[in-house]
Amino acid sequence: MSGSALLEIRKLHVALPPGSQRPYAVEDASLSVAPNEILCVVGESGSGKSLTARAVMGLLPAPHVRVAEGEIAFLGEDLVKASPARMRAIRGAGISMIFQEPMTALNPVMTIGRQIGEVFELHTRLKAAERHARTAKLLTDVHLPDPAGIMAAYPHQLSGGQRQRAMIAMALALDPKLLIADEPTTALDVTTQAQILHLIKEMQREHGTGLLFITHDFGVVAEIADRVAVMQHGRVVETGPAERILREPEHPYTRALIAAVPSLTPRPARAASGKTVLKVEGLTKTFRSGGRFLGLGGEARVVHAAKRVGFALARGETLGIVGESGSGKSTVARCLTRLVEAEDGIIALDGVDLRPLSRRAMRPWRSRIQMVFQDPYASLNPRRKVGRIVAQGLHLAGTEHREAERRARELLDLVGLDAAAHDRFPHEFSGGQRQRIGIARALALEPEILVADEPVSALDVSIQAQILELLDQIRDRMNLSMVFITHDLRVAAQVCDRIAVMRHGEVVEVGRTEAVFADPRHAYTQALIGAVPGRHWQGAAPDQHPDPDPDPGPAPEAKMEREAAAAR
Amino acid sequence: MRDFWTLYRRNRSAVLGLIVLGLVVVLAATAHFLFPGDPFRLAGTPMSGPGENGFLLGSDQLGRDVAAGIAHGAKTSLMIGLIATVVAVCIGAVTGALAGYFGGWIDDILMRTTEMFQTIPSFIFAILLVAIMTSSIESVIIAIAVVSWPAVARLVRGEFLSLRNREFVLACHTIGMGDLRIMLGEILPNCLSPIIVIGSLMVATAILIESGLAFLGLGDPNVMSWGRQIGSGRTLLRSAWWVCTFPGIAILLTVLAINLVGEGLNDALNPRLRERR
Repeated sequence: MSGSALLEIRKLHVALPPGSQRPYAVEDASLSVAPNEILCVVGESGSGKSLTARAVMGLLPAPHVRVAEGEIAFLGEDLVKASPARMRAIRGAGISMIFQEPMTALNPVMTIGRQIGEVFELHTRLKAAERHARTAKLLTDVHLPDPAGIMAAYPHQLSGGQRQRAMIAMALALDPKLLIADEPTTALDVTTQAQILHLIKEMQREHGTGLLFITHDFGVVAEIADRVAVMQHGRVVETGPAERILREPEHPYTRALIAAVPSLTPRPARAASGKTVLKVEGLTKTFRSGGRFLGLGGEARVVHAAKRVGFALARGETLGIVGESGSGKSTVARCLTRLVEAEDGIIALDGVDLRPLSRRAMRPWRSRIQMVFQDPYASLNPRRKVGRIVAQGLHLAGTEHREAERRARELLDLVGLDAAAHDRFPHEFSGGQRQRIGIARALALEPEILVADEPVSALDVSIQAQILELLDQIRDRMNLSMVFITHDLRVAAQVCDRIAVMRHGEVVEVGRTEAVFADPRHAYTQALIGAVPGRHWQGAAPDQHPDPDPDPGPAPEAKMEREAAAAR
Repeated sequence: MRDFWTLYRRNRSAVLGLIVLGLVVVLAATAHFLFPGDPFRLAGTPMSGPGENGFLLGSDQLGRDVAAGIAHGAKTSLMIGLIATVVAVCIGAVTGALAGYFGGWIDDILMRTTEMFQTIPSFIFAILLVAIMTSSIESVIIAIAVVSWPAVARLVRGEFLSLRNREFVLACHTIGMGDLRIMLGEILPNCLSPIIVIGSLMVATAILIESGLAFLGLGDPNVMSWGRQIGSGRTLLRSAWWVCTFPGIAILLTVLAINLVGEGLNDALNPRLRERR
């Protein structure tokens, strides 16, 4: 740590309100960022990485969360002691920040030009015309097409990538010495993410800015970092040059984290039986929005979520459907489970077309296709005990009460939860445990086909590895066929035997996973694979045995929900 | 339940409201013991001031006991408030649930109907309804319920709209659960707290509407009520202030207490406000 550091955090302690799970969100954290350097702070949820960034900006949610101890030296000045007025002067001009979600970080009722112009208005004495010119130049610098048009546009009129570019332009408006980026690409699609990472790096090099980059994604780290700091439970457990941390991590937690990152090299496909269980042909679904009361009002907007989608699924096989947001992959999943009525096409299960069946006629078929949902916090009824949730399907199928309860306990055991889980409420469990409950519920009716809609995308990487392993075991044990929806090509490479790539509601490419990864045919598939962050980095030496962090207890928000539910 | 009380207790004024409301309930329950006999009975010298001639709160121009009227009126007010609210919540919850859950043309028809009710100022509408029906306690209850259900319908519809696409509800569809069971067993329990809160506040509004109707002479002529006491005493305001004043204070305190309780329930049941300590 040289004396010329731009930002030097020494022994930072951020205190949480009394009664929280732990006294400090950040404990004894020391970090430094040199000029023209990119420091990546990596950690899972609850590691305190975002609060560290907020402490630097002086944006902690006071008065509950505050800096208790330590020093944040920016160019030698201690920001912890700085007055609010001084902090305002530093923010924007000296240090600026890029947030995760550009839609909420930009004011929706102000044009982009006005928002960027505001930065100049607050910190400089530039005239309106000069501000306008500077703003236009900034937007050109971040490679936004038609800067004049963008300046006049409101945030909702831009795409996610364009919004993030505008955010970056705004952050760089006054040429700050230090830029803090809090998961700036997490909300973006993979191809956009690659472009934004490239842009951030380019801007950083051009301006010689120091960059504090918060992320949970080791792929992104491999793509961008000069140095890396790994955080766990509020402590910095390892710091060092990116090269070394990525190749030879020392701390066991870092090793476990890196080992849990799925490899991009597809694992060999298992031999499929060849017997087709599910055949989908010409599946089409259009969504219409707008068109008010009794068809009066404006013209309806039409979105083609699925256009003549077709694929086949063999017994025991896992088919991945990959694509970016808006590609229609979730719609396809919901059509298969009849949560959404497709308007055309065939969904043939063992040769019987399910699509035209009425709800009543569909009922006996329901148990054969079950679904695992994405959001473990929304997919379980907060007011029902876990045992009831799992046994619900059995009760509906007419299973006797005692038998259903016995099965529920068995299933909870199968997904790796202990018997006590049966009589507890969902909010008492962590995200990973809840996802296990969701899987147990889907398995209760002994389905032949499991449709998993992004089942691990809401989970931390170490928990994600555990859930994927569980799905793997179950699939082998029960000889399940699986339709696995994901946006993450790394996950797809490790889980799927075959993959179908979707774009704008159409399947553009289907094939065996190794074949698609080794030799993508369609230009879009090539772009997708090319955009995976850190694709040249294949993880640490594989000899270390993965020892992932045990599933932690319920997250803080879960604790709040528990109090909430107990009150009812 | 204990946790709920801890949360509720954080709001001091809500506890005060609960105490006042408790006293009103006790008064209503013991009216027959405290003031036996008909409150319309002529009990002594007319126009006696508070404390005179054995009248705690005075008597009116016909010699009726104001205190007895208040005690018996409390029963009327609370009963009408409660029954009207229960009826309104039932109508509103069913309408809102159907509209929110099914959407489409069902939603269109139910919500346009709801809006039709909302376009008429509620008190005028209540007067109109009672004027059409006979002046009985039942028609007052019906009138109050008819003018207050649209608010519940809107609230419940909103809750159902946001909950029906939650993944846990979708999961129930995938295991083949029927619509009725999903609505009653899965969604409704998750939107009970806002319904309880709005219901408690509606009791206060119902008491006010009832008093207003009785003041205008549209209440049940055979039932003692606070509004009626004020209505009959308003001509004497300068010569016998107590005839109007005490029932007025009773209405004020009761409505205030119910509102405080409603606020307290809202604070305790609303998870978003819960972290505030």
